[in-house]
Amino acid sequence: MRKLNVLAASSAMSLVAGALIAGAAAAEPQVEVLHWWTSGGEAKSVAVLQQEFSERGGTWTDMPVAGGGGDAAMTALRARVLSGNAPTAVQLKGPAIQEWYEEGVLSDISDVAEAQGWAGVLPEAIAAHMKCDGAWCAAPVNVHRVDWIWANAKVLEDAGIEMPTTWDEFNAAAEKLQGMGVVPLAHGGQAWQDATLFEVVVLSLGGPEFYRSALVDLDPEALKSDQMKAVFEQMRTLRGFVDDNFSGREWNLATAMVINGEAGFQIMGDWAKGEFVAAGKTPGEDFLCASAPGAGFLYNVDSFAMFEVSGDDKIAGQKLLAELIMGPTFQETFNLNKGSIPARTDVSLEKFDSCAATSSQEMAQSAEGGSLLPSYAHGMALRGAQAGAITDVVTAHFNSEMSADEAVQMLADAVANSM
Amino acid sequence: MFDWLERQAPKLVLAPSFAAMLLFVYGFIGWTAWVSLTKSRLLPKYEIDGFGQYERLFNAPRWDVAIENLAIFGILFIGVSMALGLLLAILLDQRIRAEGALRTIYLYPMALSMIVTGTAWKWILNPGLGIEAMVKGWGFDTFTFGWLVDPDMAIYTVVIAGVWQASGFVMALFLAGLRSVDSEIIKAAQVDGIPTTRIYTAIIIPSMAPIFLSAFIVLAHLAIKSFDLVIALTGGGPGYATDLPATYMYAMAFSRGDLGQAASSAMIMMMIVFAVVVPYLYSELRTRK
Repeated sequence: MRKLNVLAASSAMSLVAGALIAGAAAAEPQVEVLHWWTSGGEAKSVAVLQQEFSERGGTWTDMPVAGGGGDAAMTALRARVLSGNAPTAVQLKGPAIQEWYEEGVLSDISDVAEAQGWAGVLPEAIAAHMKCDGAWCAAPVNVHRVDWIWANAKVLEDAGIEMPTTWDEFNAAAEKLQGMGVVPLAHGGQAWQDATLFEVVVLSLGGPEFYRSALVDLDPEALKSDQMKAVFEQMRTLRGFVDDNFSGREWNLATAMVINGEAGFQIMGDWAKGEFVAAGKTPGEDFLCASAPGAGFLYNVDSFAMFEVSGDDKIAGQKLLAELIMGPTFQETFNLNKGSIPARTDVSLEKFDSCAATSSQEMAQSAEGGSLLPSYAHGMALRGAQAGAITDVVTAHFNSEMSADEAVQMLADAVANSM
Repeated sequence: MFDWLERQAPKLVLAPSFAAMLLFVYGFIGWTAWVSLTKSRLLPKYEIDGFGQYERLFNAPRWDVAIENLAIFGILFIGVSMALGLLLAILLDQRIRAEGALRTIYLYPMALSMIVTGTAWKWILNPGLGIEAMVKGWGFDTFTFGWLVDPDMAIYTVVIAGVWQASGFVMALFLAGLRSVDSEIIKAAQVDGIPTTRIYTAIIIPSMAPIFLSAFIVLAHLAIKSFDLVIALTGGGPGYATDLPATYMYAMAFSRGDLGQAASSAMIMMMIVFAVVVPYLYSELRTRK
């Protein structure tokens, strides 16, 4: 009786506070989750998952490792895997999942995926990232769209310009803003931000086919083509629209420039929306969002990869976690907090704002048209070494007087050297 | 038995630290050398593959920039710190008032961590916040000082911050050196009517040669392993214009999952350190005999 009471009290506690209880019953699902979602909205989003997990009777061991955009977490992961004690689930994305799979440390969660019918509710391109050699090994959390242009509605109105739909219009609008003493393009001089700008221009100027052959298949012909030269020339033009003080600026400070009306546009993924909303701005009224000119959709999908673990409780925990991550309730709450859209296509978007609705609609269209493409700058298209080699060239070009001819040559050489 | 223990005691006491050093320093140097010869990416692999990683390293334009920056930074940082340190030491040596307080003020930057130095100088040199904005605020509208955001000049801002940090320390070393010169010789020279500058160039500075060597060794290894200053001041940017070998190695090992490449760059860095330290050790050991 006494024992039962203790058990009841402890499970009540875990329900209320999601507290950790050591030494609970043997079959209780266990997970240890390594992630780097530690700031404001992100931490809140993980707490949702944590609570759902304990409501289903599981024990969640949190292992947040912040710093370096995940670099610190990856270092921790490497140490854990080398010592033969991998966490149950790890925040990983893109080809890094397959890279870890090749090290032979990921587990197969196909039974959960098939029971829950994942294949039917995920866009094919995104589902492919979650599979290792045909078996499911990871669960997607969200879809961030990268190719957004954000604008301050009032600044655009004062200048009498519309949201641009081609790069010529963008350049003309930017020149007009420059004439008015407004910074046309808010940008932070960090390598990944330069790379984000670059990939948006590649997709937007060259089209989906060109993007795929250049930044996914790394075709040397495409990398050295005239089209790529035109991309670098547009990058040079964009450099002229950035203020002189941009070096090392964080992306959210660049967003703040648009919010305050110091700058007209920012080209950044939809995490920028969180900054606008946090500043009390309304989409469509105070700020505008539009996809970059041309067809296509660049996605950046966060996911959890499942690592090989032993013990029934851990395996049960892993399966439960996978089920919950893909559950409609979590997908909805998490993405409302994070500014992205659910990876599942069957979640109702009623509670989401107009930008998210556009994003979701265009994701469905692009998936049909075959122009739903992985973002290279955010580690979805290429492995670290190749993506890094491209970023080196892009950022060197953007921050110097290098010509487009030199840049394409360097790009082809750098990619070849990184193989 | 007791005698034997007494004789062996020093060896026994030193043995653990010796073993630890053997493993953690030389063992891991060996491990890194091994990994640099493999195709390791995310996790270390142990099949020897030859010198492919070194070939890739020397084909990478970013590595060239890093080595070039190390040369610029190393030469200027060591040269300017020593020149400035010597000048400050000589000025402080003139039996001035409040010498103790001044010496502490100049030595203080050394007490700061490089991260703090880098962050503070980042703000001072930022064109929109620091010196440029201040001078513009005084009414000189055409004044520009944008080294920090200029890829050709950014490496010199690292030199400025490094020199600010280290020259006080060099001054303290030199001041001790100046004080250790036999005052009898100096007095004799003064009696002979030799001008002060001549006393310095012909007597005091030459007798301080060992101090110069120590200062050089300390500064050289600071320069080669310099990492935090660059990370805090420029983050390696603009672009990768201020990359140093240490930041290159960090990027490869921890951001890009390219362990083999990181290991080969680490080996090259070690060789650079050896190139500086071995001649020093050699001359030290030879003169002892």
